[in-house]
Amino acid sequence: MTRRDLSRLATRTVLVLVAIITLMPFVEMLAVSFASKSEVYTGAVLPMPSLAATIANYGYAIREVPLLRYLANGAFVCGMIVLLQVLIAAPAGYALAKLPFRGRPILFGAVIVALMIPLQVPAIPLYLAIAYAGLLNSYTALILPFVVSAFGIFLFRQFFVSYPDEVLEAARLDGFSELAIVWRLMLPAARPAVMAFAMISIIVHWNDLYWPLVVVTKTSMMTPPIGLMEFRSSGDSTGHIGALMAGGVIATAPLVACFLILQRHLVRGLSFGVRT
Amino acid sequence: MNATERQRRRVGTALALPAGTLLAVLLLLPSIGVLSFSLTDYQFGMPGFDWVGLANYAKLFTDPDIRRSLFNTLLYVVMVAPLSIFAALALAILIEGEGRLGSVFQTIYFLPITATLVAMATAWEVALHPTFGMVNAALSAFGFAKVRFLSDPDTALATLAVIGVWKILGYNTLLFLAGLATIDRDLYEAAAIDGADGGWGRFTLVTWPQLAPVTLFVTVITLIRCFSEFETVAVLTNGGPSGATDMILFTLYQQAFRYFDIGVASALAVAFLLFVALLSIVQVSLFERGGAA
Repeated sequence: MTRRDLSRLATRTVLVLVAIITLMPFVEMLAVSFASKSEVYTGAVLPMPSLAATIANYGYAIREVPLLRYLANGAFVCGMIVLLQVLIAAPAGYALAKLPFRGRPILFGAVIVALMIPLQVPAIPLYLAIAYAGLLNSYTALILPFVVSAFGIFLFRQFFVSYPDEVLEAARLDGFSELAIVWRLMLPAARPAVMAFAMISIIVHWNDLYWPLVVVTKTSMMTPPIGLMEFRSSGDSTGHIGALMAGGVIATAPLVACFLILQRHLVRGLSFGVRT
Repeated sequence: MNATERQRRRVGTALALPAGTLLAVLLLLPSIGVLSFSLTDYQFGMPGFDWVGLANYAKLFTDPDIRRSLFNTLLYVVMVAPLSIFAALALAILIEGEGRLGSVFQTIYFLPITATLVAMATAWEVALHPTFGMVNAALSAFGFAKVRFLSDPDTALATLAVIGVWKILGYNTLLFLAGLATIDRDLYEAAAIDGADGGWGRFTLVTWPQLAPVTLFVTVITLIRCFSEFETVAVLTNGGPSGATDMILFTLYQQAFRYFDIGVASALAVAFLLFVALLSIVQVSLFERGGAA
């Protein structure tokens, strides 16, 4: 073996080892979700999968946990958040990029400051306001704090700034209103930015635990993370480890599948800070 | 100012108004509210409150539970950040040299980015379980004693740190790969002409200095994320055993939404904000320069 082969072997060994560690919890989650209770508790490294146990585990997660309800809540909340974020951030990004209005420096300053504030800071007054308004355990409470995204405004502004002014002038001569320019020219041109932004937003809010934990206590309003956490900490889960893991698979699968299909877009979005 | 320009200004204000108003109402004003709360002894559900000056901030240094929580947070950052930054850099360089096979590893490493952490944390818990977990089974197969990873105060925080590295490693690798892709190939040839033929020479002469802005960016993001760790604590340990894994955001959550001690919670929130804001200023100034590339 030459030195080159040796270094290649070493490289691949490292890469494979890290891959095994990365995949380990995924494998454990899948394996246990396919296995019967007795298989799991005998402590086999990889319990034998069984069809009957699989049906029992996934059935329990869907019917009893109730995971379908959590998935529906999560999908609705994420969908509304992304929709409202784009509806609110895109016009503001356009105004910041292309329209000289008086409050522009103030708004841009506010966006930069807002970028630095983590949710946990305004969460306390927002919780108090929502509690006094009697809106705990509502979709409004889950959605409201996120409808305006400073990151979204900033991203759209950066994208729109480089849009050629001549095209805008031509569109205006053709009788486009400024709003029509945003929806019919800018947003379609910014599709990569919109895609990347939407995916990041969905990943963040689908997986968020902190805010739902603050405003939701009723099972009927839970999103997948808080619902799973509730199931895990209930005494019920000790007898149903397989169902708990099945719940994890169901909660995780949509985004992981999405990621595998749209990997290129997502990678571009996530590395936005490195190559703008 | 002519009519069209005046109209354009009006439209600009109208388009920016919803976002501006919501930013103020949902983010900026509540954050100022937290600053004021932190100077009071306000308790949720109580009729009134008194101004207590900096007493709540003093508590951050004197209350033994809060001090331990802040210390645990630092310990967690020290365990997770350097490892997840340098290992990611090494992995990115190894992947880049692998061509098509590299993209397979890349996809595997990225999986934790999108996965629901609450679900994955419970999967880790099962894998680490003393009687039926995969990890302890592997340990005993190699002749090691079993470890009660999450219920032993000596290992619990380190175990959360391992999960933390697992979660963030792929994302950091992704950022380094994006950074590596922007390095001009000619620089490596120039380095070769200067005699830097080996891997180490190429790294110190070209890769490391060229990646410096990306490394800074990754460091900032990693520090913020480590400092903000919440899910694994809330799901797996509840701060225990006996406070060994209590961290700043979990303490903040409990003070605010379990004990309804808004004053102390607000002081913690302000301390958290100061740290994140300082790091964010570095990050935003990188953004403003048009990113690292």
